[in-house]
Amino acid sequence: MTVAAQEQSAPGVGLGRISPQLLSWLVFGAFAILCIVLRDEMKWLVTYPKEWFLKLPIGGEWILLERALEGLMDWITATFKPVFRFISMVLTYPMRWLEDLLHWLPWPATFALVTILAYRAKDLRLALFCLAGLTYMLVVGYWDESMSTLALVGMSVPLSLTIGLVMGLMAFQYRWARRVVEPTLDVMQTVPTFAYLVPILILFGVGPVVGMVASAIYASPPMVRNVMLGLRRVSDDVIESGEMSGCNRFQLLFQVRIPAATPTIMVGVNQTIMAALSMVIIAAIIGGFADIGWEVLSTMRKAQTGQSLLAGIVIVVMAMIMDRISRGFAERTGDIPLHAGGNFLQRHPYLWAAVAATGIGIVLSHLMPFFKDYPAALVFYPAEPLNDAVSWFTREFFFATDAVKTWTLYYFMLPMKAGLDNIARPQSWGFSMTQTAAAIYWAIVLGLGAGMVRLFNWRAGVVVGLLGVLYFFGSTGTPWPAFVAAVTLIAYQVGGWKTALFAFLGMAFMLSTGAWPRAMLSFYLTATSVLFCFVIGGALGIWAAQSDRASAVLRPINDTMQTMPLFVFLIPVIMVFLVGDFSALLAIMMYAIVPAIRYTEYGLRNVDPVAVEAARMMGCTERQVLWRVKLPLAIPEIMLGLNQVIMFALAMLVIAALVGTKGLGQWVYDSLTNARFGQGFIAGGSMALMAMIADRIIQAWAAQKKRDLGIVD
Amino acid sequence: MAQTQERDTKLSCRNVWKVYGSDADSFFNGGDGAVADTDALVERIREAGNIGAACDVSFDVKEGEIFIIMGLSGSGKSTIVRCLSRLVEPTAGEVILDGENLLKVSKEKLIDIRRHKMGMVFQNFGLLPHLSVLENVAFPLQVQGIDRAARVKRAMEMIELVGLDGRETSYPRQLSGGQQQRVGIARSLAVEPELWFLDEPFSALDPLIRRQMQDEFLRLQKMLHKTIVFITHDFLEALRLADRIAIMKDGRVVQIGTPAEVVMKPANAYVEEFTQDVPRVKVITAKDIMSQAGKPLEGAKTVAPGTTLEQLMPRFGEGLDAVAVADESGTVIGHVTPQAVLTALATAHEEGGTL
Repeated sequence: MTVAAQEQSAPGVGLGRISPQLLSWLVFGAFAILCIVLRDEMKWLVTYPKEWFLKLPIGGEWILLERALEGLMDWITATFKPVFRFISMVLTYPMRWLEDLLHWLPWPATFALVTILAYRAKDLRLALFCLAGLTYMLVVGYWDESMSTLALVGMSVPLSLTIGLVMGLMAFQYRWARRVVEPTLDVMQTVPTFAYLVPILILFGVGPVVGMVASAIYASPPMVRNVMLGLRRVSDDVIESGEMSGCNRFQLLFQVRIPAATPTIMVGVNQTIMAALSMVIIAAIIGGFADIGWEVLSTMRKAQTGQSLLAGIVIVVMAMIMDRISRGFAERTGDIPLHAGGNFLQRHPYLWAAVAATGIGIVLSHLMPFFKDYPAALVFYPAEPLNDAVSWFTREFFFATDAVKTWTLYYFMLPMKAGLDNIARPQSWGFSMTQTAAAIYWAIVLGLGAGMVRLFNWRAGVVVGLLGVLYFFGSTGTPWPAFVAAVTLIAYQVGGWKTALFAFLGMAFMLSTGAWPRAMLSFYLTATSVLFCFVIGGALGIWAAQSDRASAVLRPINDTMQTMPLFVFLIPVIMVFLVGDFSALLAIMMYAIVPAIRYTEYGLRNVDPVAVEAARMMGCTERQVLWRVKLPLAIPEIMLGLNQVIMFALAMLVIAALVGTKGLGQWVYDSLTNARFGQGFIAGGSMALMAMIADRIIQAWAAQKKRDLGIVD
Repeated sequence: MAQTQERDTKLSCRNVWKVYGSDADSFFNGGDGAVADTDALVERIREAGNIGAACDVSFDVKEGEIFIIMGLSGSGKSTIVRCLSRLVEPTAGEVILDGENLLKVSKEKLIDIRRHKMGMVFQNFGLLPHLSVLENVAFPLQVQGIDRAARVKRAMEMIELVGLDGRETSYPRQLSGGQQQRVGIARSLAVEPELWFLDEPFSALDPLIRRQMQDEFLRLQKMLHKTIVFITHDFLEALRLADRIAIMKDGRVVQIGTPAEVVMKPANAYVEEFTQDVPRVKVITAKDIMSQAGKPLEGAKTVAPGTTLEQLMPRFGEGLDAVAVADESGTVIGHVTPQAVLTALATAHEEGGTL
């Protein structure tokens, strides 16, 4: 699958002569057929042999990379243990203190503080929303757990913001810092969340500090990025006016650049808070801390759906409150009225209201026990009725849900995973894979491919051929040399030899570390969910672009989905579909579909209006305008959406390991529970590499497409 | 050749070059910008793949003068005004302010000069979005460390001067373009600069507002007598406001002169294209056609030297033989006869100019 427009840019090539690109695919086709024919004789074509694994010469011996990494980590742990334990202690102290404070603070005081903050950030509506959310946490009986989570977030966010601000400023001011920071950010973005936890867990030992450190690190990149972006975006006029006012370097940075960049930086603050919350919840997997993430996880493990749903809603509520309040502040920057006069009290009414409310809350809690601890007798915890409702639902709608699940599994997921070759059985497919059936299959693929060539171009035919092979042999049954060759060839034709080399080396890493079979499992799940996301999300995006009402409905849903900690998505799917690949697919889709919708809508809505007008004047129907003008012009933007979908899907893949998928995600998870650094590094690294290979290919493709369409940024 | 009253030179730009490119400095070998053959060097710079944004630019700006640099986009006009304040570091040449070469002064000294001697107005206003009108205007004073009461007082004066009193607590985005530029003007004047740079200050405004702001600008200058370097791409704006105009093309100065000189004697075909459609009666002034010879007229009406023919002609319609031209102090410096007006018009007509 490459660019069609490239062909148009080189007329004359194509009909008469065979272009080198097509020729390379023909050679590849021969190679792939050879691999497939020989795969029974030469087992190594399908299973990369262990003898070829990467080994490092250490201490006179040849050691597997995984073992070498473990040895390295052991050495680091042994040597620097006191240092890390010390840091851990230093961080634990204020954390425990904050946790105690939040637990000690009577709930009416917390209610008042959050409500005042919300009102200050935006308006009465938000204040009431927060009040309702807090009431839920209290009444359901998750107050203490929520406060523990808040304490973790409250400690890691300032850390993240400080790291982010310092790194962002450095990267902005110094070229050398930028050279270090930018690639680091790219890698950090693609490393799966659990993989962060492995080394931190090993270094710091079990406890809440792991979650705090992990989320401080994980949540800093958005801040770094936004600081850099904000500072860079300050207009030249503003900078020059500062210089002409006689600012020195220091004044220019702190009185002109940073304040002028504040709106963008505040967006970073918002994203950092959400990322920190997400990571804190994920870190619950390590345990050792009675926070709300642990509550969700443990109930989920015990298959207590009602309980995990109730706890999950707490997370949703917390995420929404934090998001709305921080976004409120981000959006209102600069609107603060000038308080020229008045005394201190008049200038800071909110501060005084907060102090007064806290005071009253404390006094109340001493007078009436109700205000100190919310009485257990008044807790409303409808877990059992919920469980009943869920089982009723699954019973009642078993046929519908099961039909969807079975259909998707048998006709789509299983062939993609293990290959039609192994899956086709009379009971599921109605026939077994005899030679005749295989011949018919290949005839259909060939026919489809030829049709695509006639209808579009040879590239479409190549795509059909590749999909046909993948569907027949499955991602795990496709010979690895053919797979590697195909990806490298695509990378080369889209992005040049650098991209191709990167893709090749990345895959070589997965092969030589033994990650390949798992990587293929991950590939299958990711590819399937990306495809589903893309089709469904694309359709929704088109709908949102064509109808303002649809857009108005979808936008808040998308916004909310985007801010949710990833855990949350698992709860509803397990409730209905239990553990398994299909649940994982749904969970991934729920999270990863958002960029598909967003970018499609954005791309379509931002097509040059002149082109659309011209098409209308030529008498195009709305449908023609959409298919012939808007969609082709929006393709680069949609491609970037696809890129995001892949990133999101890979991020969710690790979490989906919790519902029993196999693959790299499960391997990462496994390395975490067993504290195995080498395995975690290889698995996490492989996932990051998959993400980066996909990213480079698609970015190059979108850029090329943009150039061809004459769209400049 | 300039017929302006003899004033002291305030700012002098001598052989200034700004070359963008990897080996920009190599063309000058540390020497100054006064090269023997400018054309040859410009050619060499281009051939080396570098860009000469400003090439061998020289001019003097006199005390209290409105000096306008006019050019189309890419002509180097914005570069040169930034070289004057070292917002852009010139590659070679000298910028002499009050006898001191600005390009040689230290960073600290430069900041000091900017704080006390220079003010600048920007095309897109360059207001600080997080500060109110008052705080924006007071900002240059704040960075100097002037105490709050004094800077608020000074800023309020400036806000009144530009007619924005009542809006001082507003934020930039709450103001219209014209109002924002008034803030920009007030801010640039807050430090009482001697040198006032205006970089296309009215280009981002609607034509009607632009006209108002030009009048406002002339009113302010009448009160303040700043030394002004004003950048514009609008030839008519230049004619309207300038004491003298420098026309730039491809980084080089094509012509320097009073509006009348530029219109009447364009240096080349490029300048002529601008002047073609300019009505001569709006450009030629009493000063341009007056004769100093002859006896002083007794009891004749007097006009200012800057009176245009358009304004002069109705006077002769009233039946006057001649009018006296008197400078600001009232001293008669010459006189204009209807004959002189007709001659000027005839000449202009012969040359193909619009009357």
